[in-house]
Amino acid sequence: MKNIKYLFIGVVFGLALTKGEAISWYRIQEMFRFESFHMFGIFMTAIPTGALFLFIIKKQKLNTFEGEVVDMPVKKYSHGIVIGSLIFGFGWALTGACPGPLYAQIGSGSWVTGVTLLSAIAGTWTYGLLQNKLPE
Amino acid sequence: MEIFYKPWPWYIAGPIIGFTVPLLLLIGNKKLGISSTLRQICAACVPANISLFRYDWKKDSWNLFFAGGIAVGGFLGGYVFANPDPVAISQSTTAYLHSFGLTDLTGLMPSELFNWSSLVTLKGFLMMVVGGFMVGFGTRYAKGCTSGHGILGLSALQWPSLIATMSFFLGGILFSHLVLPYILSL
Repeated sequence: MKNIKYLFIGVVFGLALTKGEAISWYRIQEMFRFESFHMFGIFMTAIPTGALFLFIIKKQKLNTFEGEVVDMPVKKYSHGIVIGSLIFGFGWALTGACPGPLYAQIGSGSWVTGVTLLSAIAGTWTYGLLQNKLPE
Repeated sequence: MEIFYKPWPWYIAGPIIGFTVPLLLLIGNKKLGISSTLRQICAACVPANISLFRYDWKKDSWNLFFAGGIAVGGFLGGYVFANPDPVAISQSTTAYLHSFGLTDLTGLMPSELFNWSSLVTLKGFLMMVVGGFMVGFGTRYAKGCTSGHGILGLSALQWPSLIATMSFFLGGILFSHLVLPYILSL
């Protein structure tokens, strides 16, 4: 079971999301109303941490633990990114959750969030259905 | 023992979240991203011959283990070692929520809004079902979410991810100020 390690990393990630209250609907409302630094502090420490280590990986030409060349993330632009991101922002304000926190909210005992997750899956499915008809 | 129940400050949670990016890359050349799990579930359960869902999802099944781990992390942090105190949000946010008749601000989310019986009300339906739909639809359209664009993409200095993250926030800010008050008043 070589995937088990990702479960453990997920546990730590989920614990940080939960204990950092990034999965809290209250924190998300507070963030969008600019009434606290908390959530911005999470982003403003998470991103430089990631960036610093990616810089080190690149600079030192580090390989993965299995000896592969590290495949650096590349994101391509399309106008759909703007449209989709705005729609996701609306949903984030409503549910107080992005996809990661949905899983953590369910784990924390909010079973009704399972409905939100099912609806998110339905949203992804609907996007797949309409993909060719939507502006890219 | 009390320390296990306390919430973590942003300067502890943030770096741990950010460290996931190099860790996943070094451990197995994996790219942090969670909205892709929604696509995976579609591909595994209801591919319906849609091109977006016709791929070998089992090859990427690591992210389903990762998502399962997040749920376990939520269980540990939000249930087993749940903070007994309400989330320490600012006074102005508390006053704002009180103004919509939300009195019980305990837990990580307001149980007065997110519960089974409110699902059949217009307000609950909009917040959970429509909100969830927009999260799933929007993140796939945007090719990523807060983790894939906001954390991984920005860490890798990808400008499309900067556009995406700015648009997440623009959407959320506009919606919170212009639309959400009407929904909370329902």
